[in-house]
Amino acid sequence: MSEQTQTTSLRGLWASLKRNPMAVAGLFMVLFTVLLALFAPLLAPYNPKESVRVTVDDIYAAPSSAHWLGTDDAGKDVFSNLIYGTRVSLTVGFFAAFISLAIGGTIGLVAGFVGGRVENLLMRFTDVILVIPDLPLIMVLVALTKPSLVNIIIVIGILGWTGTARLVRSQTLSVKERKFVLRARSIGAGNFYLIRRHIFPSVFPLMMVNTVLVISLAILEESSLAFIGLGDPTTLSWGQMLNFAFTRGGMSSGAWWALISPGFAIVWVVLGLTLLGQGLEQVFNPRLEWHHLSKAKRMVRRIITRSVESDKEEAS
Amino acid sequence: MSRVDGAPLLLDVRDLSIDFSTHDQGAMHAVENVSFMLREGEVLGVVGESGCGKTTAMLGILRLLPVTGRIVSGEILFGGRDLLALSESEMADVRWKDIAMIFQGAMNALNPVHRVGDQIAEAYVQHASKADRASADERVCRLLDMVGISRNRKNQYPHQYSGGMRQRAMIAMALACTPQVVIADEPTTALDVMVQAQILELLKSLCDSIGVAIIVVTHDLGVVAEVCDSVLVMYGGIAAEYADVDTLFNAAQHPYTRLLLDAFPDLTRPKDRLTSIPGYPPRLNALPPGCRFAPRCPAAFDRCHVEQPGLSQLGRFHSASCFLVEPK
Amino acid sequence: MSATPILQVQDLCKWFLVKKSRLGRTPQLFVHAVDGVSFELGRGDVLALVGESGCGKSTLALTLMGLEAPTTGSIVFEGRNIARLKRQELKAMRLHMQMIFQDPYESLNPLMNIGDIVAEPLVVHRLARTKAERLERVRRALEGAGLKPADVYVHRRPHELSGGQRQRVVIAGALVLEPTVLLADEPVSMLDVSIRADILNLLGELRESRGISVLFITHDLATAGYFADRVAVMYLGRIVEIGPIHEVVDAPAHPYAQALLSVIPVPNPRQRRQHIILQGDPPNPIDLPQGCRFRPRCPVAFDRCAQVDPPLVTVGDGHAAACLRVA
Repeated sequence: MSEQTQTTSLRGLWASLKRNPMAVAGLFMVLFTVLLALFAPLLAPYNPKESVRVTVDDIYAAPSSAHWLGTDDAGKDVFSNLIYGTRVSLTVGFFAAFISLAIGGTIGLVAGFVGGRVENLLMRFTDVILVIPDLPLIMVLVALTKPSLVNIIIVIGILGWTGTARLVRSQTLSVKERKFVLRARSIGAGNFYLIRRHIFPSVFPLMMVNTVLVISLAILEESSLAFIGLGDPTTLSWGQMLNFAFTRGGMSSGAWWALISPGFAIVWVVLGLTLLGQGLEQVFNPRLEWHHLSKAKRMVRRIITRSVESDKEEAS
Repeated sequence: MSRVDGAPLLLDVRDLSIDFSTHDQGAMHAVENVSFMLREGEVLGVVGESGCGKTTAMLGILRLLPVTGRIVSGEILFGGRDLLALSESEMADVRWKDIAMIFQGAMNALNPVHRVGDQIAEAYVQHASKADRASADERVCRLLDMVGISRNRKNQYPHQYSGGMRQRAMIAMALACTPQVVIADEPTTALDVMVQAQILELLKSLCDSIGVAIIVVTHDLGVVAEVCDSVLVMYGGIAAEYADVDTLFNAAQHPYTRLLLDAFPDLTRPKDRLTSIPGYPPRLNALPPGCRFAPRCPAAFDRCHVEQPGLSQLGRFHSASCFLVEPK
Repeated sequence: MSATPILQVQDLCKWFLVKKSRLGRTPQLFVHAVDGVSFELGRGDVLALVGESGCGKSTLALTLMGLEAPTTGSIVFEGRNIARLKRQELKAMRLHMQMIFQDPYESLNPLMNIGDIVAEPLVVHRLARTKAERLERVRRALEGAGLKPADVYVHRRPHELSGGQRQRVVIAGALVLEPTVLLADEPVSMLDVSIRADILNLLGELRESRGISVLFITHDLATAGYFADRVAVMYLGRIVEIGPIHEVVDAPAHPYAQALLSVIPVPNPRQRRQHIILQGDPPNPIDLPQGCRFRPRCPVAFDRCAQVDPPLVTVGDGHAAACLRVA
């Protein structure tokens, strides 16, 4: 696929991504969040960990010049909490997604490549995990262990790999059939070589795309968990902020700032990741973008981009 | 031209030029000043390699170019009217009812979840004015008879048809509204040689029986020699040579045509060495100044690289665009 | 042809299981992709294997290369029966028999550069350990395949090359191990006509200069006619006619070969000959008819054809056909 080769360089990737304004928006949203997380101490006006002496007026104070988004139930600045919250969310997102990627990628690759009974076994196992309702299982696991952030990351990770596994398996199946793999086999290449040199590099881009989406799912899951009270009480994630706001009288005080702010932050990061992920998917899986076009349009595209692939279809 | 000499003129394409606009490379001249004629019952072959603009020219005739394509100039005279001057709704009336097209690879574009008979009926119902259920059904049966598919396959799905049968189904679809002209884009590519022979025989018999004129777009000179009455050779968007089939194969004048003929293996005339044409067809966004074939032409001289040759008339039905044959 | 053929295939069969028998009640169904193929390939010879889709020629190529395990039969390559070799031994055999594929756009990994692609066989077989050695052999292979100067191509990616150039890269990749036999599976059918001659001439040169034998698989008899010494016509997994190319083309003995030759388009309108156009499509290689497998479509079949499966009988010097009419 010619488009695939254009995106192997980062510059090529950016050029392709640029054409999709939604994806660019998503990228900026994500980058913005990452920057916030990295420079939190510099950007946040207050440090949430510092204890403050509070009076009654400080609790659920409305937004003011001192506190742009008001204060929460403990008198802490909501805006600062929000900025520091990016660290928690992104940490959970990345690490949980990494675990999912490792497990799902391995299972998918092995299942797709080996096939036969092994594939059957692995895929049915995947189905079982998929079918187990996440929340009750997490509740049980969290009840059995202490609700630390690490445990939450692990639990989200080991339940979230099923989508990746299926995707990687189907990709592996299709790459396995491609002629250049046959050629490598005809040269005498062994299985490990084939996976390392041909299959994995071809599967990897889509794995990365999937990971972006998995990160957003992980963040959403952590937020949900924290919201229902299963989160790590020592870390202040956005879900935790929502939890506190709901359970500690935020509604009755009318403190909308304490509720909307973390909610908005969650939406922001998840939306950014989703837009970016879908944009990347279109770049790496260009057939998605084209298949609904008529043959004539596709032909024109070929003439315009004038990739050498056009010779193939007309000569065959 | 024995077979169709004197037959009434159906389609007269004059100086057709088509451009494609790109966002970063300006206008690409996909087709430039191409002219040809089609008479009743004639089979015209449009030959060229990839990227020569033959499919684009055909889409231009039907005005089915994508948004980025634009017919820059020319006339397409059909039934006394210039198709390029028609409004979209008038053109829609011409499409399929007067001129139909079998797109390249169309046999693989049949909808897998609809029965073949229904898809052929769809082509008929969409374009015919007073088609009710019953007459559409009868029409489909007759079309299947015409293309050699047994009637009881009407209710089968595309995957139950072989490649050759699917191509016949596409031909049936094209004939649904009894057009006067059928444009077949690479009708036999990707088919086995025996199936190809079947399809070509079918096209010839349709030409004889219902008098439809056919334009066959292909890269295979063998196909052209088998079925065509006249040939248009295209290269880099221009018409290199246009002649009746006998003249083209035995007295070609354009260097490209000659080289192309030499590059085709001929079982009846085993040669010592097959020739090939060095270099590659030009990119439409990087056309050479002067004659488009000059960079690869063994007979090119100075003028060829600077000026583009116009079409020289070499006989009643023979023209070529080359300085070598320009009348002094 | 020199004394010992480099490749001798005897009664080679490759069947694919379609339906497993349930508790031994229903018989197992097999696709008889290759069903008893025998031929010889001499040193420096070019044998064309011609047939339509479904005749089994591609399966035959894969089986000869060891990419599919044969069901029965023998493949004697340079004196050894490779039909039953273990993985490691098969790998060593690959040094001598290489394959060229049909699709130059798909045979090359788009993520690798040309140098790496051509060097891949060396890497897999652990030859030419140093980078310099590898580069040297890659260069020689690229130039042997007509890509000169090689250095220009080494760092390019496949999508930067045209179809003809890519096919040369595939050939270079096959040449780098200096094989004695090349299996070319439709090497030119996806290329523009004006480039085909180049590739065919290249293969011809390689055969002249290096004495490489070529098994040339194609559906296009005309291309085969240009390049091959002998031709074998396949139908439904069997060779139905085999012989020197000009003999088979001028005087085909088997009705299928006769029909095939009559419909091959000839680029000469004055030669519009009588076509023997077979109706219908080649049947399924699962449900083979009784007796001669060509009988259902044969224009000259008679009664015995339904009972006897004709063996290959000699009809001329080195020319044989499997038809009761010539027996």
